[in-house]
Amino acid sequence: MGYQPDRSQYPQQREDGSLDIDLTSGKYLKLWQGPQHPGITGNMSVELTVCGDEVVEGKTHVGYLHRGFEKLMERRSFIQCFPIVCRICVPEPDFNEYCYAAAVEELAGIQSPERADWIRTLILEMGRINSYLMYLGGQAGSLGQGVIGQWTTYVRDLMLDRFEELTGARIYHMFILPGGVRGDLPDGFNKRMEETLCEIENVLKDVYETMFCNAVFKKRTVGLGYIDPELIEPYGVTGPTARAAGVAKDVRKDQPYLVYPELEFEPVVGTDSDVYARADVRRRDLLMSVDLVRQILSKMPNDGKLMTKLPNVLHWKIPRGETYIRGECSRGEYGYYLVTDGSGFPRRVNVRGPSYTHAVALLERLIVNINISDVAGLMVSLHTYPPEIER
Amino acid sequence: MQTLYTKLKQLFKLGELTEQRQDLAFITVAQEQLRPLLLHLRDREGFTHLVLLTAVDWMEEGQFQLTYLLNDRAGARDIGLRVMLPRDSATMDSIHDIWPTAATYQRELREMFGIGFPDSPGVNDEFILEGWNDIPPYRRDFDTLKYSEENYSHRPDRETTDPAQHMKQQLYPDEG
Repeated sequence: MGYQPDRSQYPQQREDGSLDIDLTSGKYLKLWQGPQHPGITGNMSVELTVCGDEVVEGKTHVGYLHRGFEKLMERRSFIQCFPIVCRICVPEPDFNEYCYAAAVEELAGIQSPERADWIRTLILEMGRINSYLMYLGGQAGSLGQGVIGQWTTYVRDLMLDRFEELTGARIYHMFILPGGVRGDLPDGFNKRMEETLCEIENVLKDVYETMFCNAVFKKRTVGLGYIDPELIEPYGVTGPTARAAGVAKDVRKDQPYLVYPELEFEPVVGTDSDVYARADVRRRDLLMSVDLVRQILSKMPNDGKLMTKLPNVLHWKIPRGETYIRGECSRGEYGYYLVTDGSGFPRRVNVRGPSYTHAVALLERLIVNINISDVAGLMVSLHTYPPEIER
Repeated sequence: MQTLYTKLKQLFKLGELTEQRQDLAFITVAQEQLRPLLLHLRDREGFTHLVLLTAVDWMEEGQFQLTYLLNDRAGARDIGLRVMLPRDSATMDSIHDIWPTAATYQRELREMFGIGFPDSPGVNDEFILEGWNDIPPYRRDFDTLKYSEENYSHRPDRETTDPAQHMKQQLYPDEG
């Protein structure tokens, strides 16, 4: 029975391995956390079985916002899929755009221009900053520190302004499309971005002192949700969750894409693998992204093409083939598996979001034997976005 | 990847190799060869990370393609194993004992494609759908448009535009 949760305490297991939970005994209680609950990350829910205030079993339920994206794309031409994909992940939509665009480009034999690759990298790092800022507010909020979310939302809003002036949209940017990007940096963008980055750094100093140095936050998160490094590979754990366990998994370094080979950075790694360590890894990773944005803006070529000429997109047929494109998003490995059959529509698009493994198999394991009040903190620490589970 | 393929071919009966990129290849594998090959790749070749497990419906050929995508981080390479299953009786061995997280993928594949994975824990539990009694919706023969027309009504007084026609007018107005 390798890789099973440590059920050192009750309930007992039956001979067939199932848990001996008798709800009529009055000893156990079913409790639903979600789908509408302040302590849940988006539209999902966890069905808890509790004994007193201790969780003895947790089951993840998804499907509350299933819109059938993957199936929908099988009825759309390649260019029509482009504005659909970003909707798969609300807080960090750009990875969908990049992975989809890169997969289509590869199978169609198209090369995006160099300057477009720089702008794509910039967009992805800006999106990562936004996602981490949202996470920090959520993580603090799940443990009762509401003010952190207000501060991080303020600076996230500044970053959304930068997105707006660059792409014309705040949430779903629809900017990275097969062949390149939709536009160039506006005049004075670098200066305004620098001001935003400085403001983010200032707020993060406050966040560090108020959140990470807070005795209550430390007491509640240190040791909570420990992930044994040996579980990283069997459970498909990636991103900051893996890095907090000391495993320096970072696609940007392991299998570099776009212009990451030209940037200087080292994956941020932690050691303790608990909720505190994961939060700290993300905070430091955020600061690294701030540095990466500065590097990108200073090293980017000043001019160049932004789009490769595409064939008539209404009659665009791509030869039979299959590929997988991955990127390192704020939660871990994000990837698109695209299969084409020679027609004008994708045969299959499969989205690999990190939440798929983190929020189901991993969460169900970690949740055993923790206190009810820690469920929200634990769940947020895995940084899950439900839409990418049910696509 | 060719070196790895040659090495593996001495031990396993392998089908076609497709080298998609320098760091990504797909190999077709017979159903009964999958488990020993997965264990070999995981334990001997460094492919310790199961990236994804998904299915492709080749309805016209009467087959499902299962794709097991594995990653070797140290070697910076990926390998995709393709297993072709007959579409009318698609059943596959579970690999949840090799990667516990595979149970979730298998649960979804059973629900969305109707591919059976006997012995996979909780495989028959509902995952995304609730009270679904039609054919598995991700199969190619499930018509989403027809299903929507039959089960949902149009909003009154709402004008709709065919997206293909609209795009044609916007992008290529001169093309008649």
